[in-house]
Amino acid sequence: MIGLIDCNNFYVSCERVFQPRLEGLPVGVLSNNDGCVIARSNELKVLGVEMGTPAFELKALLRQGRIRLLSSNYELYGDMSARVQSVLEEFSTGVEPYSIDEMFVRFDDFGQDQLLTHCRELHHKVRRFTGIPVSVGVAPTRTLAKLANRAAKKVPAYRGVCVLSAGSADTSSLLQRVELGDVWGVGHRLVERLALMGIHTAWDLAQADPKAIRRRFSVTLERTALELSGIPCIEMNDSDEPRQRIMTSRSFGKLTDNRNEIHEALRQFGQRGAEKLRAQDSLTRAVYVFLKTNRHRPDLPQYSPGAVVELERPTDDSREILRAVSQAFEAIYRSHYRFMKAGVMLIDLIDANRQQLSLLESPQSAEERERSERLMATLDALNQRMGRGTVKLGMPSPNAAWHLRCANRSPRWSTRWPELPSAKAK
Amino acid sequence: MTIESLIPAHPTPPSMALPHPLALTRAGISGFPSPAQDYEGRTLDLNERLVKRPSASFFMTVTGDSMDSLGIQDGDLLLIDRSIEPRPGHILVALVEGEITVKRYQLKGRHPYLCSANPAYPPIPLEDLDCQVWGVVRSVIHEYPV
Repeated sequence: MIGLIDCNNFYVSCERVFQPRLEGLPVGVLSNNDGCVIARSNELKVLGVEMGTPAFELKALLRQGRIRLLSSNYELYGDMSARVQSVLEEFSTGVEPYSIDEMFVRFDDFGQDQLLTHCRELHHKVRRFTGIPVSVGVAPTRTLAKLANRAAKKVPAYRGVCVLSAGSADTSSLLQRVELGDVWGVGHRLVERLALMGIHTAWDLAQADPKAIRRRFSVTLERTALELSGIPCIEMNDSDEPRQRIMTSRSFGKLTDNRNEIHEALRQFGQRGAEKLRAQDSLTRAVYVFLKTNRHRPDLPQYSPGAVVELERPTDDSREILRAVSQAFEAIYRSHYRFMKAGVMLIDLIDANRQQLSLLESPQSAEERERSERLMATLDALNQRMGRGTVKLGMPSPNAAWHLRCANRSPRWSTRWPELPSAKAK
Repeated sequence: MTIESLIPAHPTPPSMALPHPLALTRAGISGFPSPAQDYEGRTLDLNERLVKRPSASFFMTVTGDSMDSLGIQDGDLLLIDRSIEPRPGHILVALVEGEITVKRYQLKGRHPYLCSANPAYPPIPLEDLDCQVWGVVRSVIHEYPV
């Protein structure tokens, strides 16, 4: 069985751990440069504030004191995410981060009842240890786990944990209630075309002949159909859908503490990630880098850090992304630990074609942007034609200009000595 | 690039060596094992001693004097472990009316209270809805001016 653990309203929840007064209030977190809303508390959703709403449109609400808006504090979110992940690792040896606030977790060899108990404990412990509320969805496949997670979040009776077993009555009744647009990997255009074939719900798609789906649509949709019927066939990182985050990670195949080797691997991941980013026409706002030691070697010291670096502006430029990768690496790498795995995740992606519209994100000048686009296109073309890694970027020089607008950023409560929260003895 | 732009967001604080000289040099006669060899690379790590569960451990600074007589002074550093189940006698960080406060958890009769070490601050019944445990204080670090 595979579980999807999703942190509820993650950025806002991180802020609330250290600012309990924000509990129950409509709170939004803004993109870097305080451009637009990228995270919302439930109370803010109820007010009808959509994702991506530009901050200036909310000025009135803000002035009336009806909402609270915070600048993004990626350092805090990165630390809290790493904490959640490390609690999850107490419950499973197979934890794969899918984004900064979602993790896939493997649960093998559990009975049905046992698994529910295990997941309830996990649900409770993550909340208690880290302060972050999560939803837990468990099912035989990733696509079903996504749906289970959604049910865990939306249906109060599940109390945050939903375990679906293949072919159970619970599973079929859930599938019958889920519309296709809410299924992982089914886009709007597909929904319309499928409706013409009489396929309206997740259940309909699960019952459809996968071969026919493949002929009329794609292998991807065939996989989704199979997954819905309980046959696992989606691995990490292989969906063709434009993603909201891009993850590139790999095991080294051996344990290594070689600084250069690890740095170089991370740079490759960063470069590969940037290629994927450009291929799907997105820009990234922040880069998450992590390292892992081998948990199965209790005889060795363990250290599995992660760090987020925000970018000056949304970008798909390999050079800017690699600079961020190197910064994060320098911040978390420690000698004397032997690492087994490393990865780079590009988070908070936005559509490249919409970025020109956003005046607040201080985009590159048109000329600069065009130049960078031409360079990146040439880079990708060469690498595609001559084989990956033909052209690589050299080590960048550190950039002095690194100031962001973040007028309302909360302190980095859990990672900086001068910014610790204060406990009143009064 | 400034130090500020680096973002170390790791859950496990790195080991910090105590600044004492390591006996890494060998004894004069070649082939003769140094008596110090067994201790090579061994240092005392305060994290190892104090931080039992990194993912649930947080630091806070104390402001105020209500816990003075329990040895918790203004400006002290608290190490809080959220994984511990609070029991009477524990020092807690709790949310009281939305404020992060440090108190001692005590039973009076059969009812749990959050108490200060100073009579000027009356005990707060833990059954109050406006009161919630944040974490258990595991240690207090007081640095003397030197």
